[in-house]
Amino acid sequence: MTTTPVQIPAPAAAPRARSRSLAWHVGAVALLLVLLYPVLWVFTASVKPADEIISSFDLLPSKVSWSGFGTALDGIAEVPAWRFFTNSLILSLGSVVGNVLSCSIAAYAFARLRFRGRGPMFAIMIGTILLPTHLLLIPQYTMFQKAGLVDTYVPLLLGKFLATDAFFVFLMVQFVRNLPRSLDEAALIDGCGHFRIFGHIVLPLLRPALITTAIFTFIWSWNDFFAPLIYLQSPEKYPLPLALRLFVDSTSSQDYGAMLGMSVLSLLPVIAFFVAFQRLLIEGAATSGLKG
Amino acid sequence: MASTTTTDAAIPRARRGDAPSAEPAKRRGRAGDRSAYVFLTPWMIGAALLTIAPMLFSLYMSFTDYNLFDAPRWIGLDNYRRLLFDDPEVRDTVGVTLLYVVVATPLKLAAALGVALLLNTRRKGRNFYRAAFYMPSLIGASVGAAIVWRLLFSTGSVVDGFLGAFGVHTGGWISDPDWSLMSLVALSVWQFGAPMVIFLAALQQIPRDLYEAAEIDGAGPWRRFVSVTVPMLSPVIFFNLVLEMVHAFQMFNSAFVLSNGTGGPAGSTHVYSMYLYELGFNDFRMGYAAALTWVLLLVVGVITAVLFKTSGRWVHYAGEEK
Repeated sequence: MTTTPVQIPAPAAAPRARSRSLAWHVGAVALLLVLLYPVLWVFTASVKPADEIISSFDLLPSKVSWSGFGTALDGIAEVPAWRFFTNSLILSLGSVVGNVLSCSIAAYAFARLRFRGRGPMFAIMIGTILLPTHLLLIPQYTMFQKAGLVDTYVPLLLGKFLATDAFFVFLMVQFVRNLPRSLDEAALIDGCGHFRIFGHIVLPLLRPALITTAIFTFIWSWNDFFAPLIYLQSPEKYPLPLALRLFVDSTSSQDYGAMLGMSVLSLLPVIAFFVAFQRLLIEGAATSGLKG
Repeated sequence: MASTTTTDAAIPRARRGDAPSAEPAKRRGRAGDRSAYVFLTPWMIGAALLTIAPMLFSLYMSFTDYNLFDAPRWIGLDNYRRLLFDDPEVRDTVGVTLLYVVVATPLKLAAALGVALLLNTRRKGRNFYRAAFYMPSLIGASVGAAIVWRLLFSTGSVVDGFLGAFGVHTGGWISDPDWSLMSLVALSVWQFGAPMVIFLAALQQIPRDLYEAAEIDGAGPWRRFVSVTVPMLSPVIFFNLVLEMVHAFQMFNSAFVLSNGTGGPAGSTHVYSMYLYELGFNDFRMGYAAALTWVLLLVVGVITAVLFKTSGRWVHYAGEEK
């Protein structure tokens, strides 16, 4: 970048463009630093000695102390921290499997098949995207409570296997509609049924949409707080966000070190996922208005 | 001249995704029907069991006095009457929620649009910046982020110290009833990345020759922004506005974690959905809570409808005769 070839025409414009480009980069980086300050801060603060966490706004700790992580890993309410991790993983991976399976088959039917009731059903599907989740909370809780399923993972996972995250159904419908039909028509002529067309032709082509769905589902379910808060009661079933709140509640002594250690541990997988899949994530977010 | 041809050419491309184009399926007739229903079975069960039935149940509950343990008792419109006229907490929480929606939504959209404009270039590194600016959207709603926020905005902490350096002494936003809601607004604005990527995608769709034509006509940067960018972007502005508003109305996590579940200090972060949560899951006043959710749906629905109605005046769709 620094060794720009000299034989650029209009030599007067080049330095100007370069300095404008430099200003642009400086501006963007400055803005980015402000924006990502909290993220940088939580990482460095988690290894600060306890008395420095709140008072000092230096990013770098005066000396590195891992005691916060130590306390965090000990867990809380007699539940070790790895348990919260496992719970979060079970819930997140379960949600991913459920959403990918149930949403893709529903999307195939909506995008490729014509059947009676298609219009109204599609309208219902779109309608459920817009429906505020709060509306369903009270009656769903009542139903699960009557079924004796409170304090189990069923209320948290059942919907994922029944394609209730209509967002992803819609995302995949849009994707399938843009796939060339010639392939599945050829397969149809060859005598393939819809199940084989779906499994052998559409599903492999749908991969980018499936990955987008999987990542967003994982992150949302990893971060989910409200549903576990109302459905889970025993601490040994808690996922990380609930465990984190236990830390906040019970640390009347304000053990910021443990709190931050736990926060970092809960944020880390999301950030790792983001770094690994950022292109797919952002393309998914840009095309379908997915919320972070 | 040139501009009209490009916009026209863009329409079929944009519409291609919506075309159902299922003509060949018609020939398959009934057999197609059957496999479609097989494919849709999970979705149909989910829609019936987890969406439609709960909605009907909730509507019924809202006319009853129901505590989860005794049989629901029909009380007609009492719940609605009480929440509209006799419940000061509804009034207070609606006030806090509206203030939050009205402040956070435009600020977030403005930040999103501003950064999208900044990143709408062909310079190197734009994809990196786009990703980095988007990142807070993924973690912003988490408990971890709320805890960080609490520490950053509490008394004597980082933000306090930083503002103090400029002579602004707020004494910590979290514990000050006048400022606590603003820390939630800041947390929401921090997550501007989600609408930003949508703006950015739309900005990249604006035909370049529109700007060239405007420039030839002598339009400066501001004029080009107002007369080209804003109208071309208006459908996306509208989309983001509705989406962000609906989300802001339902905000719960950050208020709950930042105030430690109290909605404090002095009720200043006691948003509507927190009240809903307390009614339903602390007091088990299911009927009353259900009525509250229907009122929320109604209010959000009416505001969305009004936005849609008035959108004809300012939202410009490409290819539309004006």
